[in-house]
Amino acid sequence: MSAPTKVGLSVGDVVAEQSYHLTRDTLVRYAGASGDFNPIHYRDDVATSVGLDGVLAHGMLTMGLAVQPVVDWLGGDSGKVLDYQVRFTRPVLVDAQGGADVSVVAKVGVVDDDGARIDLTVTFHGETVLGKAQVRVALS
Amino acid sequence: MPVNAELAGRSYPPTPPYLVGREKVREFARAVLATSPLSLDPLAARAAGYSDVVAPPTFAVVVQEHTLAQLLSDPDAGIDFSRVVHGDQRFSFTRPIVAGDELTATLTVTSVKTLGGHSMVTAESAIVDSAGLHVVTATSTLVVRGEE
Repeated sequence: MSAPTKVGLSVGDVVAEQSYHLTRDTLVRYAGASGDFNPIHYRDDVATSVGLDGVLAHGMLTMGLAVQPVVDWLGGDSGKVLDYQVRFTRPVLVDAQGGADVSVVAKVGVVDDDGARIDLTVTFHGETVLGKAQVRVALS
Repeated sequence: MPVNAELAGRSYPPTPPYLVGREKVREFARAVLATSPLSLDPLAARAAGYSDVVAPPTFAVVVQEHTLAQLLSDPDAGIDFSRVVHGDQRFSFTRPIVAGDELTATLTVTSVKTLGGHSMVTAESAIVDSAGLHVVTATSTLVVRGEE
């Protein structure tokens, strides 16, 4: 994998696209790896008792996977990520049997001296689930 | 129990050092569906100029979490955890986290705002290495829903 450069990069270019299939197993694995054992991410009874429609993906799991297509585009080097921010706008409901499909489209938002700002559009069931999802990357 | 309006500006003591393990980085990388060899294979990471596997960008939350626990367990902060929703999140890097790092985090509450009965608490956790050099700052805004 070779790292991209700013040469030829224009605002609006799609630099990466990826879809992810999440299952309850994905959530349990993330709970263990991150240490976030809030039961709304693996127990339907707890999720519904606090007014949710069902078990939700951890927002930080969605944030974590959404940047991966950009890291891959950067030649796998997450050291080129200077800044990454998101706003959590909608939940990702993960059905016990059907799971959930989340898709990520990464577009160039700005090209500047340091590199670029990559804007992520992250959708579930056709609706965006992250707002202002921006990754600042270093490019030569 | 309302959020303490005087909370802005408050800092908590640095967390005990967190030693970043290679297998923890790999476990976290798999959990966020990362496929980069730099996060999984020490040889690939070394070939790219790192001393060991490189953590995915959001791994910093594992260290930040210890600082948020300080804030949420402080009775004087007045934050009812059962009413907390994660509003937004940001990571600003000086360098990536690499296995072998020993990291310490210090949380400062940067703002408390009230909006339509809800409180928005923004907290910055500065994460430094064993030499005291900045690695990453993790910033969260927690939305604390008001009493119905």
